[in-house]
This record gives sequence, structure tokens and C-alpha cells, in this order.
Amino acid sequence: MTASLRASVDFDDLAVEDISRHFGRRRALSKITFHAGRNTILGLLGPNGAGKSTMLSMLATLLRPSGGRIRYGSHEAGPHAAAPHSEALRAAIGVLGHDLFLYPELSARENLAFFAALHGIAASADAARAALQRAGLADRADDPVSSFSRGMRQRVALERALIHGPRLVLLDEPFTGLDDASAAALVARLNGLRESGAIVILATHDLDLAEGLLDRAVFLRDGRMVQSIDRPDRLRATYRAVMTRS
Amino acid sequence: MFARTVWLVVRKDLTVEVRSREIAYTTLFFAVSCVLVFAFALVKEGRAITDAAAGILWIAIAFSGTLALGRAFERERQSETLRALLLAPAPRPAIYVGKLVGIVALLVAAEIILIPMIALLFQAPLLAHPFWLAAVVVSGTIGFSAVGTLFAAMLVRARSRDVLLPVLLYPITVPVIIAGVRATAALLEPELDVAIVRFWVALLLAFDVVFVTLALWTFEPLMTD
Repeated sequence: MTASLRASVDFDDLAVEDISRHFGRRRALSKITFHAGRNTILGLLGPNGAGKSTMLSMLATLLRPSGGRIRYGSHEAGPHAAAPHSEALRAAIGVLGHDLFLYPELSARENLAFFAALHGIAASADAARAALQRAGLADRADDPVSSFSRGMRQRVALERALIHGPRLVLLDEPFTGLDDASAAALVARLNGLRESGAIVILATHDLDLAEGLLDRAVFLRDGRMVQSIDRPDRLRATYRAVMTRS
Repeated sequence: MFARTVWLVVRKDLTVEVRSREIAYTTLFFAVSCVLVFAFALVKEGRAITDAAAGILWIAIAFSGTLALGRAFERERQSETLRALLLAPAPRPAIYVGKLVGIVALLVAAEIILIPMIALLFQAPLLAHPFWLAAVVVSGTIGFSAVGTLFAAMLVRARSRDVLLPVLLYPITVPVIIAGVRATAALLEPELDVAIVRFWVALLLAFDVVFVTLALWTFEPLMTD
């Protein structure tokens, strides 16, 4: 993990136990249960409105569950947990949202240095420089993000999410708008994260790119978990079968 | 860590504003238009209604402040960067204070242009007591912005946020605006009564303490869901 001025918790596994979330009378998620350990890429698969983004928001501590609990190793988040959204827990989580969480007026370097500093990384400029190298954008480091293509912005956003070396990485539709080369680079990066011991949770519609990448697939529909499969193969056929059956 | 986070957020907001100049231009344009319209309506033969300058100053601050608050958080909404700030392992109240300081800095910059303009158009001796004027304007701006920053952050995901912000903000900040108007009017008297001005400034500072404390207390739970 990157040298940080902030305290961070570490954990080896993530356990989601009977998690539900309601927005008023609308039920977004109902009694979802799954588990992921280190060196794992878990896919949340399902149609629009299945509850994938809500699940990621709860895992990111942005939303409190209405019921059930989420355990990050020995640390617990839930409606009745003592300190469900501690700063130390957030220091161990990296999020790449559907929106990219970047300031378009700032350059790639400024964006990365800002978020590195916000995560308490002592040498934020060095961390930003290294992240730009990994993204292959060192030569565009001082250009404003608004001048970047979607693929380039996505690469900067991924480095922003990973700049503090999080144990848990949450990705919401990370393949959106990427060309084949950028998508392949992202797949390689995700495989690298798995090798480094991260727990990666990925919500995606892109079953072709997720094929062969996932260690576990959790299928959601209408806020319910319809199936969980380890080492899924023939993902598209499995998805079709699961969704038509339930 | 708290002060460092505040500084990072303020520096980021001011850098973005220097690049885009979006809030500065819109706020200033709106405030200047507002003052000009009132000057044409209320100044007859070079003489304005008594204390009109005090009222116009605070109307311009309140209206242009609301505009600035809306735009400052619209910017955070467009790329969902507010979520990124909330996801950082930084104290969330520090993020609130950082946003507040940025808004206050922008409004004070606008007031530096507005005050001489109002003094000139309304023939009001606003700059006769610069120390007390600065105390009144800055403490009033902090009180107004403290509530406004909290509400603007809360409403960032609401569909009708542009309508809801003034509806929520003005009733709660009316005491600040009234105290600001009365304190400014006291500064326009031919003989300055320091005791009265001190009373209004103390009241404004009391509002600041109450509003900032409540906002720091409620920001994290309000932003979590």
C-alpha cells in the first residue's frame, strides 16, 4: 500500500450478509448475501435497475444498509454498527464510478495530486507522477482533463481510484466508452490488482469483456440475488439462462 | 488533518474558479445588475431613501450568494466529484469547511467591488468606517454561507435544487440578513454609535457560531444518505 498520513484498516475478506436497502417504500435491494476474499474479482451482473450501483454505494460506505450487515474483515458496517463510516475504512476502499469523479478544469496531474493529498499520501506529487506513468499519460499530464477523450479520462479516473493502494476496489461499468485497446489494458490492470491481493467488485453489463475475468459472478434482478456462480464460463449464455429462469 | 483537508479543498475550488471564472462572472454580473436596477428605482435627483444602501447591499449579497452556492455545487454534481470528496478518508466536516471558505472568499471578492459601487450610486458613506464595515460584511457573509453551503450540499442530488435552495435558505438566514441591514444602516448614521454597531456584530458572530456548529454536526449524517 502507498505511504499515507492517514490511518487505514486492512482486511482479507468482504462479507455481505442479508443486505437490504429501501428508498422510502421502494425496495432497491433485498437480502443480498455474498463473500469475496483477497485475490478475487467478483462481478455484479444484472439488467438496469437490478441494484448493482446501490450495492456498490453501500460497499463504498456512501449509503447505509436498511438491514443486514457488511463486514470488512473484522470491521462492520450496517444500520446498527457503532462507527459504520469511519475514515480508516474509507482509506482502504477505491471507487471508480460510472461518472469519473474528475474536475474537468484541472489537469490530469492536478486531479491525481489533489486526490492523493486528500487520501493523506505524503508525497502526493510523486504519487501523481507514478499514476500518470501507469496510465500512459505522462506526456499529457498538464493538459486539462476536459480536453481528454473518454478513454483517456477513464484511465485517469482508474488511477485516481487506485492512487492510495486500496484493498477493496469497486468499479461501476468501467468498460463504458472504451475502445478495444483501452478495454484490454483495463482487463490487464484488473488482473494485476487481483495478483496484488486486492478484492475487486465489478458491476458491468459487458459480459464479453467480463468473460474469463471473474472469479465469481453474482446475478441480480429487481434487487434480488438470483444466483451466484464460482468461476463462471460461457457468461452470456449463463446470464441469459439465469435471467429467463428466475 | 482537518486543516490540511480544508486547505486542499479551498485551493482546489479557487484553482477551478480561476480557470473557469464561471462563478465570479455570474455572481458579479447578477449583483451589479441588481444594484443598478435599485439605483435607478430609488435614487431621485442624486438622493436615495434613507438606509436604502444598507438594504440593497444585503439583497445583492443574498441573491448573488444563492447563485454562487448553486453553481459551486452544480460543478461538484456534474462529474459526481462530491461523491469522490465524501469517499476520501478525510474528515467530512473539513470538506464542508473547505467548501464554506471557498464560497466566503468568492462572495467577499464580489463585495469588494459591490460596496464602493453602492457607496457611489447611493451617495452613502459606506467606507467611512472600514473596520466596522468589514466586520459586519464578513460576519454576515459567513452566517449566510454557512447555512447555504449545508443546504446546497444536501440538495445537490435533488431534481428541483434550484427552486428548493432559496426556499430553504432565506427563511433561516432572515435573522442574519436583518442584522446585517441594521448594522450597515448604523454605520451610515452621521454620528457613529459604536455600542449599537458592536451589538449587531456580536449578534452576527453569534449566528455564525450557531450555524457553523449545527452544520458541522449535521453535515456527515446528511451527506451519508
